[in-house]
Amino acid sequence: MTIRTASKLEKILASGQLAVTSECGPPRGSDPEVIPRKAEAIKNHVDAINVTDNQTSMTRLCSLAACIRLKLMGLEPVLQMVTRDRNRIALQSDILGAASFDIQNILCLSGDHQSFGDCARGQNVYDIDSLQLLQTVRHMRDEGKFLGGDPIIRPPRLFVGAAENPFADPYEIRVPRLAKKIAAGAEFIQTQCIYNLDKFEDWMRQARDRGLTEQVYILAGLTPMKSVGMARYMKNRVPGMDVPDAVVKRLADTPKEKQAEEGIKICVESIQRLKEVKGVAGFHIMAIEWEEKVPEIVEQAGLYPRPDVA
Amino acid sequence: MIVAEKKPIEEIIDTVKDCQSILVLGCNECVTVCEAGGKKEVGLLASALRMHFLQQGREVNIGERTLERQCDQEYLEEIRDIIDLYDMVVSIACGVGVQFTAEKYHAKPVVPGVNTLFMGANEARGVWSERCQGCGQCLLAVSGGICPVSRCAKRILNGPCGGSSAGKCEINKELPCGWQLIIDRLKALGRMDDYEKIIPIKDWSTERAGGPRKVVREDLKL
Amino acid sequence: MRPLEKGADGVYVVGCREGDCHYNSGNFRAKARVEQTRKVLDALGIGGRRLEMFNLSSSDGPSFARYAREMHDRILELGPNPIRTALAKKKKPPPAELQAAVA
Repeated sequence: MTIRTASKLEKILASGQLAVTSECGPPRGSDPEVIPRKAEAIKNHVDAINVTDNQTSMTRLCSLAACIRLKLMGLEPVLQMVTRDRNRIALQSDILGAASFDIQNILCLSGDHQSFGDCARGQNVYDIDSLQLLQTVRHMRDEGKFLGGDPIIRPPRLFVGAAENPFADPYEIRVPRLAKKIAAGAEFIQTQCIYNLDKFEDWMRQARDRGLTEQVYILAGLTPMKSVGMARYMKNRVPGMDVPDAVVKRLADTPKEKQAEEGIKICVESIQRLKEVKGVAGFHIMAIEWEEKVPEIVEQAGLYPRPDVA
Repeated sequence: MIVAEKKPIEEIIDTVKDCQSILVLGCNECVTVCEAGGKKEVGLLASALRMHFLQQGREVNIGERTLERQCDQEYLEEIRDIIDLYDMVVSIACGVGVQFTAEKYHAKPVVPGVNTLFMGANEARGVWSERCQGCGQCLLAVSGGICPVSRCAKRILNGPCGGSSAGKCEINKELPCGWQLIIDRLKALGRMDDYEKIIPIKDWSTERAGGPRKVVREDLKL
Repeated sequence: MRPLEKGADGVYVVGCREGDCHYNSGNFRAKARVEQTRKVLDALGIGGRRLEMFNLSSSDGPSFARYAREMHDRILELGPNPIRTALAKKKKPPPAELQAAVA
């Protein structure tokens, strides 16, 4: 795949090396130190850092401002953008804002429904969906035009990604849906947290059979479990999450004080197994409010040191 | 049909509490079918109001009328001769009827006795669910006859989102995932290839976004 | 609602036995209406228990009598319908000399 942007993430992926990304959730307040502190803990162990956009619909400091902070630290942010809260004017405007700070990566999402968050009585926007956001960014970048057709002076040069959940229902459209996202312009994919490795491998096999892994970089998503309670919560309460009973049992059989350690171990083992899966181009490690554990996971999984492509 | 739900009696009482004479005005169309604002409901509400005021020791005149439609000029004319007997109208038609009555009788307070909800179908006795949001650009031909605008909680035109689980929506385990329904239907129609066609960015100007809408049919105008 | 509005202390609706109605679901619909109306009566402070739905077949005299007694007892327990009291108050009190005569 040819390199189209100045994204460091894209360069690493294009070089054929396994990329590692992680994420930072912005604070529920305006403390300027939170994002730098989280980023500081992981910056030497990842190639790029996703910044979530009001995840689970809880109002937080905005993703773009947090990405700018990372950029000012000399780091490589991935701007997550959901279509729930902004119409096409605001989306294009924020894309230009990001581009003006030379933010190089964007992840296009629909976002959790607002009923999960602290503004359950609010409106959602959904002027466009995540696929159409992919099309929008590619249109702005490749055609150098706004959706309205006018030329953009200095178009954004963003490496464009999408999320994909191999475990959501109905399963039979998961690979066609991946194909659809690629057709809409996705250049990289970060998947939902993988606990059911067999099912993920089956999804990858189908993707390979359709030649999709030649057209898109797939970063396998992983979230270490802190406890059996978290595993049960993820299994039962988080929509579209597939946590096999064996994983819950393994944590349940571990003494409480050792469960966090076991959770890290499961995560590392998963990475080691998935490294062997053809088409996996890297890993997206989402250690939710547990960012300090990312270096340990990356090191144990044999993904350290990170390549230098500057 | 337009589906509405009765407002709680307490709320209606609070709205009309200072009146001396009230007309409860029903409608014979949609709200009759969904048992929120037809003749029977007019009777019930009028009776409830009478009992309320009696207990207050107040003499309040409560009139009852049910029109063929409240969204039509000619039927609204039928109350012209009695409207002045009342100092407030509680319309239990949909929001259209309430407003049209208010427009017709400009100096008369007209208040709603129902909450108007959606355009929907009668799934079973006592069960109505939404089917159409009147976006003004019908997509049903490409979406297997199931509407992503009204059946998906996020109005996603290229779904399903990652929150679809066992055929249900992420916001409510009782709610079918609209995109699951679309996919099931495309399958039944042998048109699964259509799933991979991307539905383009929608023109919402024919929907609420374009401002209050109006249809003018020159061929029908007098 | 009408009888209660006129001052009745209690009303019961008698329908066919469930599943045994000539009009198929007429009795179920009536039951739902009764439930709905009871809520309104509660909200009005009249009391939903003044309204009841019973199901029995047309040849079941003993049950009918039992339900009638049940309702009668319930009404005694609930006391008079506040509407009846309100209606009585509305009527002019009799002249004083007549009151004295009665006493």
